[in-house]
Amino acid sequence: MTDVFFSPLSLVLAILLAWLTIGVAGLLRPNNLRLTRTLFAIGAACGVALATIAALSLTSPTEQYVLVLGLPDLPFHVRRDALSSVFLFLLGAASAGISIFGAGYFRQGQGTAPGLLCLEYHAFLASMGFVLLADDAYMFMVAWEAMALSSYFLVTTQHRIPEIRNAGFIYLLIAHLGAIAILLSFGLLQGGSWQFTFDAMRSAQLGPGPATFAFLLALIGFGAKAGLVPLHVWLPEAHPAAPSPVSALMSGVMLKTALYGITRVTFDLLAAPVWWWGLVALTIGLFTAVFGVVFAAAQTDMKRLLAYSSIENVGILFTGFGLAIVFKDVGKPMLAAVAFTAMLYHALNHAFMKSLLFLGTGAVLHATGERNLGRLGGLIHRMPWVGWLTLVGALAIASLPPLNGFVSEWLLLQSFLFSHEVPRPFVNMLLPLGAALLALAAALAAYVMVKFYGVIFLGQPRESALAQAHDAGKLERIGLVWLALGCVVLGLFPTFVLARLSSVGEQLGFSGLDLSAAPWWLLVPLSDRETSYAPLIFLGAVTLLVVLTIYGVRRFYHQRVRHGPAWGCGFGEFSSRMQDTAEGFGQPIRHLFQPFFDMKRELPTPFDAEPRYRVVIGDRLWQLIYAPLGKLVQLAANSVAWLQQGRISSYLLYSFVTLIVLLALML
Amino acid sequence: MNVTTWILQVLEVLAAVAAAPLFLGWVNQCRAWLQNRRAPSVLQPYRNIRKLFHKDAVIANNASPLFRLAPYIVFGTMVTAAAIIPSLGTRLPFTRAADAIALVGLLATARVFVSLAAMDIGTAFGTLGARREMMVGFLAEPALLMVIFVASLISATTALPDISERLATQALGLYPSLAFTAVAFTMVLLAENARIPVDNPSTHLELTMIHEALLLEYSARHLALMEWAAALKLFNYACIGFALFVPWGAAMQQTPLALAAAAPALILKLVIAGAGLAFIETISAKLRVFRAPEFLATAFLFAVLGLLVHLLLGA
Repeated sequence: MTDVFFSPLSLVLAILLAWLTIGVAGLLRPNNLRLTRTLFAIGAACGVALATIAALSLTSPTEQYVLVLGLPDLPFHVRRDALSSVFLFLLGAASAGISIFGAGYFRQGQGTAPGLLCLEYHAFLASMGFVLLADDAYMFMVAWEAMALSSYFLVTTQHRIPEIRNAGFIYLLIAHLGAIAILLSFGLLQGGSWQFTFDAMRSAQLGPGPATFAFLLALIGFGAKAGLVPLHVWLPEAHPAAPSPVSALMSGVMLKTALYGITRVTFDLLAAPVWWWGLVALTIGLFTAVFGVVFAAAQTDMKRLLAYSSIENVGILFTGFGLAIVFKDVGKPMLAAVAFTAMLYHALNHAFMKSLLFLGTGAVLHATGERNLGRLGGLIHRMPWVGWLTLVGALAIASLPPLNGFVSEWLLLQSFLFSHEVPRPFVNMLLPLGAALLALAAALAAYVMVKFYGVIFLGQPRESALAQAHDAGKLERIGLVWLALGCVVLGLFPTFVLARLSSVGEQLGFSGLDLSAAPWWLLVPLSDRETSYAPLIFLGAVTLLVVLTIYGVRRFYHQRVRHGPAWGCGFGEFSSRMQDTAEGFGQPIRHLFQPFFDMKRELPTPFDAEPRYRVVIGDRLWQLIYAPLGKLVQLAANSVAWLQQGRISSYLLYSFVTLIVLLALML
Repeated sequence: MNVTTWILQVLEVLAAVAAAPLFLGWVNQCRAWLQNRRAPSVLQPYRNIRKLFHKDAVIANNASPLFRLAPYIVFGTMVTAAAIIPSLGTRLPFTRAADAIALVGLLATARVFVSLAAMDIGTAFGTLGARREMMVGFLAEPALLMVIFVASLISATTALPDISERLATQALGLYPSLAFTAVAFTMVLLAENARIPVDNPSTHLELTMIHEALLLEYSARHLALMEWAAALKLFNYACIGFALFVPWGAAMQQTPLALAAAAPALILKLVIAGAGLAFIETISAKLRVFRAPEFLATAFLFAVLGLLVHLLLGA
């Protein structure tokens, strides 16, 4: 009996319940900020506990429960296996940092009361946990919808602002389009048994046609949640609208539940994915990656920039996912395992680094009230904690060694390197070219991060009000430090992480990575090929050399330093307006990738008394897909609008006719 | 044996650090000869560095610690890169710490820090330089990765010393793919090291400068370290080129004698490469900054072409 109570699955369920309880407790005194803060801190502690349990239970056997909840004859099934554990770890670890930051961040504003926010926030956390545990389509969809709804309310915290209501609506719309696709996919997956448990789906024998359709529907459904192009439009709208901890949670964790979903469907429920599915996912993924990062480079709103960067990273995740499918189906189990673990690794990495960056922007937003990059600058002096910790996140997401972003990038490139071994003509030639796009996206990410960091934290303050900016509070610092530590640890100890992720792959039918041949500090993912990377040695060497250089310079030369004003290149007046703006920094990218953008320029003529320069960057896909679609819906709505007479008698008639028709159909 | 190999490793790195300015001096001398000018001494870069070390550092009032730390980080990463690249011998211990992809990442780290430091003071030229440097970098980096990719495909590994050994020991054959990538690599080398036609190292022309704009706010010892790191970067790129395209002559044993024997081959390669670099710089005209992306996109295309050629022909 004690086994059931203390098994990892029950403990995880207990934590999810605790989150729900915390949320409800927030309602007791909705306007008491002190209570809300305490509750957020307890929520963070729950996150740490969840991460610990998930990490420890990674290799323990799969567990399954049937909960006596839900509709009659449709009980909830829950299951915890290695795949769930990885994502539960991600949820717990990332949310711990975000919650503790949130404890210091949320204050009374014009929007939702703190107590209500606390409920929405913790319901969001718990519903993500239930998505990861669900073992039947019914519970999965309930949790999925709860997740979408709670996050919708969180996005529209500042609901008095019309743009934010709009952004929330777009998010809700696309979330539901995705949910419909997922529902249809589950409908196909049950394969005629009409049993909607995942166990029934695993044993269902699907023909190639239904299986393909199920996969494509799942790709659309989960792709909409993840932000694959062209279903990405909600990300750059919703992220700037949401409070920063919520953006962090949505970008860092919620996007990963979509990755979990597609992984669950493809590698667990469908079991035998076909190689060309992988090609589809890979192509969309690569396009999304390049698209996202190009748009990120052109943004002037710091949270929009990060939203586009999330789109890029989702693209990278789906690239790894597609590559894993291709390798798996053509009989390259080792390479499939590398691609799959690289994907999981990148999901973990992105959860830490993107949450860190979003929280950093939150701290900046609180200190300055500005989201516009054109009004920031020089904040590293006023906000050293936020400045230096955000630097860690920026370097990590730019995939620079020895931080974590580089490890997953490196693994993915390694698996691309052997993609010419795929025994399919043409595919084996086109696949390696994907590496070129991946490398381009990574290099552009560095560009984006230099822009992001340089414009916000370096240089001179572009507004005089920035001189009053204050650094983040204690709780906020703890959250930032936690996430930054995650970035460093994941970067420095890849063999430990990979050994655990490899066991996840093994449960899903991948072969395990053989990491035992090399010492623990040396990462050798494919033992038969001599490729290695030792981040600890790397960091050690660079640090040692930097220290030696500093020491050497101090030892042999004088240390005289004079401070003076920066050289104004001979111009008398030297002002902060002379710095590059965010628009200016993105100019080469706008110039190079012109076809991507829908650009409107307002250029001054030489005779303008008050010259104005303005450039508005739009998304072409918006005009190409969404605007016509919106028109179509409007047309359809107009054509049936005559039904709306506004008289109760006609509405009664409609119901009566409907009843008659239904009865006629039934009989 | 373990201790000797590590001593050899340290000696190799020290040799690279010490020889880098000399290589730069040699390129400058060749350039002067080709352009019918009287050349400065090959030792001029050393004199410049020494002079800078003795000066008083002037730092802008609004500089952050990042600004003062960056030269050390950049210099440190470049020295680490020198340790990874098999210049004299392919069997030295540190070359295992990172493969070619990690090496590209390391060079990117240096670039990001240079750019961030340039943005720190908030002058017009600093941010301009940072933007241009990153623009060059985001095209040059994937091109370099593709070059390495082709070499890795031929030798079935991404470890630079193994690539080098395999290319050196296999029967001398014609690799059309390597020819394409060699062109791409040369273009990347020119761009990344701020040489003509992408940047001119000997001017401070505001419309076109990249490298000099980045360093405009640095003085004295910080500038010395940055300049030294730049020289080391050129040296490193040359050695990457040797490892990929002319791997013959590097020592494949870790004995002092073998390494000493490899030194003349390396010196010969550096002398020829320096002269070749000066020749390319002399016959080509400086491109407008707007044209630099096209130059680099061409490099990228060449590298991808090399990859395709390799996959099509298997060579």
